[in-house]
Amino acid sequence: MSVFTLRPSNFRHGVHPPEHKELTAARPIRRMHFPSEVVIPLRQHAGKPAKLVVREGDHVLRGDVLGEADGFMSAPVHASASGKVVEIGLWPHPDGTRDMAIRIAVEPFSPQVPRPRLVPYWESLAPEEIVRAVQQGGVVGLGGAAFPTHVKLAPPRDLSVETIILNGAECEPYLTTDHRIMVEYPERVHLGARIMMRTLGAKRAVIGVERNKPDAIAALERTRPTDIDVTVLPLTVKYPQGAEKMLIKTVIGREVPSGKLPVSLGVVVQNVGSAASIAEIFETGLPLLERIVTVTGPGVREPANLIVPVGTKVRDVLAECGGLTDDAGEIVFGGPMMGNAIASLDTPIVKGTTGVVVLARAQTRHEATYPCIHCGRCLDACPVFLNPSMLGDYARVQRYEEMEALHLGDCMLCGSCSYVCPSNIPLAQMFSASKSALRRIKAAKPAGAA
Amino acid sequence: MTTTRLVITASPHVHAQADTPTIMWNVVGSLVPLVAIATYFFGPSALLVVGAAVAGAVVAERVLGNRGSLGDGSAAITGILLGLTLPAGIPMWMAFIGGAFGIGFGKLLFGGLGYNVFNPALFGRAFLQAAFPVAITTWPAVGAQVKWWSLRGDNLALPFMSPRPDAITAATPLGLMKFEAKGTSLFNLFVGNTGGSLGETSALLILLCGGYLAWRQFLNWRTPVSIFATVAVFSAILHFANAKYPTPFFMLFSGGLMLGAVFMATDMVTSPVTNAGKWLFGLGIGVLVVSIRVWGGLPEGVMYAILLMNAVVPFINKATQPRVFGTRVVKEATP
Repeated sequence: MSVFTLRPSNFRHGVHPPEHKELTAARPIRRMHFPSEVVIPLRQHAGKPAKLVVREGDHVLRGDVLGEADGFMSAPVHASASGKVVEIGLWPHPDGTRDMAIRIAVEPFSPQVPRPRLVPYWESLAPEEIVRAVQQGGVVGLGGAAFPTHVKLAPPRDLSVETIILNGAECEPYLTTDHRIMVEYPERVHLGARIMMRTLGAKRAVIGVERNKPDAIAALERTRPTDIDVTVLPLTVKYPQGAEKMLIKTVIGREVPSGKLPVSLGVVVQNVGSAASIAEIFETGLPLLERIVTVTGPGVREPANLIVPVGTKVRDVLAECGGLTDDAGEIVFGGPMMGNAIASLDTPIVKGTTGVVVLARAQTRHEATYPCIHCGRCLDACPVFLNPSMLGDYARVQRYEEMEALHLGDCMLCGSCSYVCPSNIPLAQMFSASKSALRRIKAAKPAGAA
Repeated sequence: MTTTRLVITASPHVHAQADTPTIMWNVVGSLVPLVAIATYFFGPSALLVVGAAVAGAVVAERVLGNRGSLGDGSAAITGILLGLTLPAGIPMWMAFIGGAFGIGFGKLLFGGLGYNVFNPALFGRAFLQAAFPVAITTWPAVGAQVKWWSLRGDNLALPFMSPRPDAITAATPLGLMKFEAKGTSLFNLFVGNTGGSLGETSALLILLCGGYLAWRQFLNWRTPVSIFATVAVFSAILHFANAKYPTPFFMLFSGGLMLGAVFMATDMVTSPVTNAGKWLFGLGIGVLVVSIRVWGGLPEGVMYAILLMNAVVPFINKATQPRVFGTRVVKEATP
């Protein structure tokens, strides 16, 4: 049991979108067939993209490095299937752009055996060796943001980490990826927590799980190790409970100061899927080659939780799930609150793809927008207490400096304001664009200018 | 699968149900009972006056407003609310002009829905008060003196002709208090069986309709609660200091306070956007209402109180910005 008093002082505000998790919550994870082709983008994580190390025509084995980490704030990408590199060039990326990717024609009838490798026992490794192994394993945040996991395992020397929070909130509607991981691989989650605690010297770990996943909470409790301080904390079901800052507020009752990192409070947050991945790379010696993806929504014939090789085109993933229904309207990578709609069925699943949600055409109807009537609903929804109404007024007239003074930088683009807006004003979209504009303005300013 | 046409929108890809027209038409719906009880007390005159005010507002919105802006329902609200603030005997053409003026000058001149500074209904009423001071303060009596179906004044007067002063009039409770130092039974005030504007007489019904809107979250309860609390406390202090001032109950249930607090001060466009601001806004209105009623030259002050506070809303918004997450001032020992 925890010797620390846990204060589940829930974060304020937030919204309650319909969950729709029943489509896949009870479906066991199953492995999909290897597709005939995988496309692996070099940029699958926050930070610098990987540096290409293969050439067209090369034969690669499953698990081989295609691009290596370009510095510490980067992660490598690996071949998720054995085959021949047929093309290196621009390809549709899940973020809506076209970006450099490696197209591999998968060897037919291959047993997909990886190159043999030594698997070091993690307990024999020093913390910095673990950090390096996690980086070489290409592990990134699997909750969606794809922040390189090893960076969070190596905080600045002057800061110590007391608590590791494992994020199993999964507050996005429809998604059940983390849910199934916690139900089916709870030992892996705990092992990942153990490895991270040792690496960081943390005293305790808290696994936060929203109360709508009682089977996950039960599975984690059943397998909870007793020799280390691990707590499973049921959380209020509310969006965005899984946002890093909200989760920290709920678990330790403190707000991460604006502009600071969680580690300044002695906290590190990792997604439960990432924790399971860390455990997996030390169990198998294989880097992150596949991930679990919830394929769901009213536009999918047979919703499923699938193990998908990284780089599989969404076309193949959907075919594995019986294809699209006739009224399918929009394909979203990630959850419906923060995910990206994709324009091409050739878009590959990347490490940060938590789900593929296909919404029905009726759900995606173009809604008329009305002027802001200053009803204040967005203020009551914003989990970081911004004034989206006023920010929206400024965004409309491109007054970006004023927006910055109103803490635009603290906006997480969670979309709660857009969700509640009765005038259907695309606030989150405007804020995202304003953030980019602000970055451009700052980059254009001559050095030394205030 | 190759023929699938995909839709691309920005996140979030799901939305809450209520949209702006839903809110507006719900407000319209909640005003219908008020029009009904006004018709019960004041006969067909109520329908004529409200109808004329709505017609004025709607015509102005249709002619001067953006295409399709009638559908959002906000012009209808302005018309009904204006009608409810008028006396039953006012000529229809005046009500029509008030509605048109409220929408045209009070709203569309500022840029239409969402951009107006002042509540359009009260803007229209303030115009009428200035233009037709006699017609707007001629209060027909309620009750048995007249037959239900008879008009309570010269509703059908032609524009710019003097109306025939043949209606039975009665002073409003506030007028009685102010100019004749007479009280009115609290029960009559509560139920609405008193003289006054069409919609302001039944406090009970206004509270019921407002309660519905607050329950559906189409109205923020903080503003009216703040106004009521301020008026009650302020007038209680005055009453106990000097008994010549009316009781807080009388202050709360007389005149346009209920209608103004529940339906006009809560106008989302012209009230503060922050919750702290709504409390402040209500406080300001409450203080102004009591001050005007007690020390001002007019018996009623709700309209000017709200309009004055409308004008300071931008400042209230600026002063009550929410504290952003992670910006709590932490006291640190300075060396």
